[in-house]
Amino acid sequence: MAGVVTAKKEHLSHDMGMHTEGLRGRTQQRFFDITETDVGYGYPDAPDVDFNKRAEIDCEGLETRQINNQLRDLIKRGVGTIVLKNPGSKHSIAVGILNRLNLYIEGSCGYFACGLLDGPNVRIKGRVGWACGENMLAGTILIEKNAGSQFGAAIRGGDLVCRGSVGARTGIDQKGGTIIVGGDTGSFSGFMMQRGRMVICGNAGKNLGDSMYDGTIYLGGEARSLGVDAIPAEMNDGDRQWLTRKLKMYDLYPKGGIGHFKKIVAGKQLWNYDNLEPGEKKLVL
Amino acid sequence: MAGTSYKGSEIKSVDQFIKDKAGLDSAREKEIGQHIGYRYDVNLLPDYSRLTPFLKGYLEYMGWDDLNWLEDVHMGYEEGEPAIFDRNVNGWVRIPKNVKLPNNQQDRDMVARELLIKFQMSPNHPMVQLNKAYRKF
Repeated sequence: MAGVVTAKKEHLSHDMGMHTEGLRGRTQQRFFDITETDVGYGYPDAPDVDFNKRAEIDCEGLETRQINNQLRDLIKRGVGTIVLKNPGSKHSIAVGILNRLNLYIEGSCGYFACGLLDGPNVRIKGRVGWACGENMLAGTILIEKNAGSQFGAAIRGGDLVCRGSVGARTGIDQKGGTIIVGGDTGSFSGFMMQRGRMVICGNAGKNLGDSMYDGTIYLGGEARSLGVDAIPAEMNDGDRQWLTRKLKMYDLYPKGGIGHFKKIVAGKQLWNYDNLEPGEKKLVL
Repeated sequence: MAGTSYKGSEIKSVDQFIKDKAGLDSAREKEIGQHIGYRYDVNLLPDYSRLTPFLKGYLEYMGWDDLNWLEDVHMGYEEGEPAIFDRNVNGWVRIPKNVKLPNNQQDRDMVARELLIKFQMSPNHPMVQLNKAYRKF
């Protein structure tokens, strides 16, 4: 095929013996001893940053790649608190940061802001476009105003919070973590949710939790409709404690308390572990 | 139609999948020879009174007010052995035999969280090798 470059056999991975493992059945390998003492709190190759070291980046006139490269350079130099000024709604800002960091974005961001984050605490003063926090792994993102659709798409972990309202398909394919919406959310929020928690303080559009597999949705207002296999469940003390703590963390705790919140979970009627029912097997055979 | 009604079984005991590694309980599970659903409660919310000193140190280091992504980490069970799912390697990591298991899921989850952090942050984690071999920039 034109344009495809074949990988060279002398690739480093071959030298490291990474292609010698048998690929049949399950394998077990011992990588790690629990008594290891040289283990820190950060990834082995993550720069050690100091929250007290602060720097600013003026994004005016810079391309997205230049902004992200400057961010990485500052992190490598041990800067733990960074302020982005004049972000100008540029797309894909502050993505793929895998360390601890305090990041303040003073303005609005475009599409895919802060995707693939694993650790940082981000505060965004303005609005964000589509898919903010997409595939986020860990950390916190707090947006002061509104967010576009697909907010937190495929999020795996961490807290993604929008004080305002968000568009449709919030948390589509959510695989973990917590999404909090201070206002309303659009249709198909929680679509194909697999685990994690979604808190909507306002109302939700049509088909909330459609085809959700697992996870929990807490809804403060009303949903125009519930999606397929999304069903109401009873709030317990654990839910109330968790919800109270989390909403207070982000100053979103309602004045009247959380007594009006409803819990929505998967009905588990769509769980499909066997490929086909016996009747259908006969048809196929 | 396939998958139109849930025919799994409920988790009754914290040791259920250690004593019975197949975990086949309902008629449907026995019919297909496969356990339906997770072997732990993915929706179990953490009890913060059970945080270990290591976890407290980790949260302080990261600048988080709570367990953050670790709220989704639970101790699971693989083939009758306690294990943690590590998303970075997309596989189960078994708990060493010399680690004593608490008698409740909340404390087990805290042990799982601590072990997972130690594993992921270890220079011997498989991702370190992959990073070395394949990192492009």
